[in-house]
Amino acid sequence: MRRSGEVKVSATTTINKKNTSSGALKPGTYFMMGNFACVEAAIMAGCRFYAGYPITPSSEIFERACVRFPEVGGSAIEMEDEVASAAALIGASYAGSKAMTATSGPGFSLMMENIGLAFITEAPLVIVNVQRAGPSTGIPTLVGQGDMMQARWGSHGDLETIAYSPSSVQEFFDLTITAFNTAERFRTPVFVMADQVIGMMWERLKIPSIEGVEVLQRKVMDAKTRAKPFDYANDFIPMPIVGTGTNINVDSLTHDYRGYPSTDYTVSESMIGHLLGKIRRHAEEIWKWDGYLLDDAEELVVAYGSTARSALAAVKQARANGIKAGLLRLITPWPFPDAIIERYSRRVHNIVVPELNYGQIVHPVRENAQCPVIGINRAPGALMDPTTIVDALEVVAN
Amino acid sequence: MSRPVTDGGREMIATKHPLDPMIRAERLPNIWCPGCGIGIVLAAYVNALTKSTKPHEKNVCISGIGCTGRIAGYLNLDTYHTTHGRAIPFATGMAVAKPDLEVFVIAGDGDISTIGGNHLIHAARRNVDINVIMVNNFNYGMTGGQHGATTPLNARTHTSPYGNVESPFNVPYLVSAAGASFVARWTALHVIQVTKAIKRMMEIKGFAFLEVLSPCPPTYGEYNGYPAALDMMKHFRERSVVDNGADLSTVSVATGADDRIVVGNFVDRKRPSYDELLTELQARTGKKSGALTEA
Repeated sequence: MRRSGEVKVSATTTINKKNTSSGALKPGTYFMMGNFACVEAAIMAGCRFYAGYPITPSSEIFERACVRFPEVGGSAIEMEDEVASAAALIGASYAGSKAMTATSGPGFSLMMENIGLAFITEAPLVIVNVQRAGPSTGIPTLVGQGDMMQARWGSHGDLETIAYSPSSVQEFFDLTITAFNTAERFRTPVFVMADQVIGMMWERLKIPSIEGVEVLQRKVMDAKTRAKPFDYANDFIPMPIVGTGTNINVDSLTHDYRGYPSTDYTVSESMIGHLLGKIRRHAEEIWKWDGYLLDDAEELVVAYGSTARSALAAVKQARANGIKAGLLRLITPWPFPDAIIERYSRRVHNIVVPELNYGQIVHPVRENAQCPVIGINRAPGALMDPTTIVDALEVVAN
Repeated sequence: MSRPVTDGGREMIATKHPLDPMIRAERLPNIWCPGCGIGIVLAAYVNALTKSTKPHEKNVCISGIGCTGRIAGYLNLDTYHTTHGRAIPFATGMAVAKPDLEVFVIAGDGDISTIGGNHLIHAARRNVDINVIMVNNFNYGMTGGQHGATTPLNARTHTSPYGNVESPFNVPYLVSAAGASFVARWTALHVIQVTKAIKRMMEIKGFAFLEVLSPCPPTYGEYNGYPAALDMMKHFRERSVVDNGADLSTVSVATGADDRIVVGNFVDRKRPSYDELLTELQARTGKKSGALTEA
């Protein structure tokens, strides 16, 4: 399944299995809700801090965290709103904790400002968005995929974001662990862009033994050897943890290599260059995708999340109808796997992009594809019907 | 910071201040206007820090955005300059994740009581073990002088040019009602009392709140009868009344020539703090910790 673009251990990361074993679920096969699987993965990844605000269809994540985190020596606290939740995560992250929250569209909107703070202060944390139908309060609680562009562009200023999009309960579990590892490695907020179907669906889940799970830990700054706390020449800067004597100013303002606010253009250029570059320069290591019947495909479906399940059924049906269809499932919508789209687009006649929104991920697909790209867009509130995709494939293939 | 002083006609250079190690002296001069009270609060906090029983590295200062929000960046501590109004939830996450810290949030009245007002009352309600110093200069200074939740009724600002039609929060009353363990108010004139209150806040287990009234000569002062640096300080000296046992429902602040300003250490009480309750919760549920559990 996840054969491409695995995050590797590098010099900037260390493996710490000691902290993660206590309290994790026994290895084995479970029948579990996606939202519960997410919490169990977070515990396995070493997350011990959760700050949340209730919102469907993510509430089970918060509820289970409130049961499970105290059991494993962690804290799950309820804040007054999602603005506060996001702020609390950054505080906890600088206290050395792996920190997470889960929300849905309206809460995600409220988190945007502090997502920018986490980005500029390089605070690793994980935000799970179990997407529901929008805009505004939309339909609680039915499926949607309307927050994909918000995950990329929602916070003001230039950000480079990382997002994973699970299509099954197992993948929700696996990608939650991966999201923590990526956050720790890149010192940046990472999103898990699930949706109501994936979050509330019950499926078979294989929980691996902790020894077989790669768990990364951020590189921490040593108070004795600290020199340049924000060394922009280095993609992976050790993190100063509060209370360890590093005496560093961490600032929401544009800041220089000392962490001091600056209005100097060259400082702005080097700081932004570092924040964007550390992700852009390593994008290929982050990318994950999955293919089905790609080798001889002439018509390609590009899909993600629960819609990819409809797309898989559609590709099988199209094949039965005599169309050489294939599926490219995007597991990391952000950073966008542009070279992958370009590569596959050269081998097919057309690309169709089904989404439960009125055209979001279709845009970067079109920007990078060397063939015609057609969006299949449906209002949120119901799963994509595979026949809708089959019909589109019939039209483009003939 | 070097500063020339005279001694019988000879110029001497003082190359060090005893408190220099506590601040980032290389960042001076600071950004504050002449006559501002924020520097006095900074000095009081630093003086209190020298008496702190905690190891230096356990002291943390978190600020929001605005003039007072710049305090954190001048301190030689672990300091955090966060988003507007969100210093308190940021501090809550940090204090819960690492309870051995002595966390101070120092920010302005707009930051703490207006845009961050919801966070203020909820942190007080939970009795989070953090300390909040709110420097109240009655307006938004950094953005040029607009009214906020602490601007007195009828006061003039750039967004209340005909007089403020909103009534201000009586913040000590609000925070006390919400459940804080410690609540005080002093002015920038009361340097000793402010320093002592901060030292007491360091001892308090739970939410401790201090309001420090401050002059803002170029904006609030200019439009409300206190344009010169010392005008508001003189007003504080003449009109402040110390009343530690004041009925907090009566201590709203106005800046008219005849208005009284009630100051004091109003509340000092013991309530279970948030982190004590969370630790107890972990102890109750954590018996399963370490053991692999079933779904």
